[in-house]
Amino acid sequence: MSIPSIIVERLSKTFGRSPVLRDIGFEIHAGEMVALIGPSGSGKSTLLRHLVGLTRADRHGGRVRLQGREVQAAGRLVSARRHERCRVGYIFQQFNLVGRLSVLTNVLVGRLGRMPRGRALLARFTEAERAMARRALARVGLAQLADQRANTLSGGQMQRVAIARVLMQDAEIILADEPIASLDPRSAQEVMQILQRIHEEDGRTVVITLHQVDVARRFCKRAIALKDGRLYFDGPIGGLTDARLTALYDNAGLDELKPRSPATDLAAPVGALG
Amino acid sequence: MNQSSVLNAAAGKRGWGSLLGWALTLGVLSWAWQGAEMQPALLVANADNMAALAGDFFPLEFGSLGHYIDQMLVTIQIAIWGTLLAVLVAIPASLLSSENLTPWWVHHPVRRLMDACRAINELVFAMLFVVAVGLGPFAGTLALFIHTTGVLAKLFSEAVEASEAGPMEGIRVTGAGRIEEIVFGLIPQVLPLWISVSLYRFESNIRSATVLGMVGGGGIGVALWETMRGFQYGETATIMLVIIVAVTLLDMASQQVRKRFI
Repeated sequence: MSIPSIIVERLSKTFGRSPVLRDIGFEIHAGEMVALIGPSGSGKSTLLRHLVGLTRADRHGGRVRLQGREVQAAGRLVSARRHERCRVGYIFQQFNLVGRLSVLTNVLVGRLGRMPRGRALLARFTEAERAMARRALARVGLAQLADQRANTLSGGQMQRVAIARVLMQDAEIILADEPIASLDPRSAQEVMQILQRIHEEDGRTVVITLHQVDVARRFCKRAIALKDGRLYFDGPIGGLTDARLTALYDNAGLDELKPRSPATDLAAPVGALG
Repeated sequence: MNQSSVLNAAAGKRGWGSLLGWALTLGVLSWAWQGAEMQPALLVANADNMAALAGDFFPLEFGSLGHYIDQMLVTIQIAIWGTLLAVLVAIPASLLSSENLTPWWVHHPVRRLMDACRAINELVFAMLFVVAVGLGPFAGTLALFIHTTGVLAKLFSEAVEASEAGPMEGIRVTGAGRIEEIVFGLIPQVLPLWISVSLYRFESNIRSATVLGMVGGGGIGVALWETMRGFQYGETATIMLVIIVAVTLLDMASQQVRKRFI
């Protein structure tokens, strides 16, 4: 196997005085689908933000490499060309679409990093780019909504538009930060299935932070678990035994600990979140 | 201490606090009353003078109405360009003076510069520009432009600072550059407010432009000043009527435009 897609070395982050990430390290190879789990406040979202440089680590806080390119080291972001940053897609819990723009424009925005500067600034998208955006929307099942304003959509639809935006980027790595935490059970299921399909059909590397262990078990082969900002577990998801899970969620919210059978569907934990 | 006495003590504290507040308010008001030499009795005592003056306004003199309308159009033209230039400069200035976009060593100096533009009244700027570019509408346009830039930059940047960070992060992580992030993630959020504020400033610039002529800044203010100095109050009244009609019509038109964007 070539160099790993994602390399995290000795990553540490402190907010004020409280440490959020302590000495995290792992590697993820191309084509893996990995669940990043842990109780609320364990640092999993912060870790994901470090991977794209939305948050900077401490001054002696280690480094992050994606596809052989340094993203940050010792608390400094390493600048990169637009088309290099474009190769990593990011999905947010709160979707982060631009509400007043059309759905199609929100998807086209995924191409900005690969367009010539002048055309990007004037929003002069070509016919080919528009066609590509429509295909991306069709893949997430929203072709018919292309001309609506994004703020008229439901949460599940918005998240699918966000996925279409990542498809438009043609990103080799897809990072999803709690992509289903704000969604109803059915939308959550759809979003997870779409991500899985992209992973399987396009061979994309996918890292998803999740707080529902059963969802992680169903969709991911490997899990990385954080507890109090430390790496608690990294391995095949089967290795997360009930005893380990109990210890992982020890002192955490009890709703995340409910005993579950393999047949549990998404409804229970997502619904419990409210 | 039992519970009721605790409550009483609390009420007493609040009582003293509010009493102090009232005393302070009254103090400020009476201090300002003296400074402003408020003498309402004068209005009654000089009622005759005022009635005589008001009488001089009638009958209105319509002989030069065409000239006044032309001058009013010049006034509107001054307001149009004064506002447009201000909007164009205020957009980058407001982005540079927004805390969430720039480091402190950029936004502090830009803000202070905009404060200075805003602090000086249009009339003062008009007098300065008359020296620089000579008497006439261009001096007035520049005066409006500078003052309005200061006002709009502040209002625009308040909208920017109140915008959501999420959509911009969403654009950033696609690999887009900093400017694309602003164009696609920020501008759509703030545009309705920017348009509304600009139109409002256009309305008030028309009102300001009507007096710029008094200091040589062109427009209908020139005629207003000359007729008043010449005691031709019938003409003055006609000019005031022209101003009132024009300002009302433009306010109504601008409200219609504003409704479309919000």
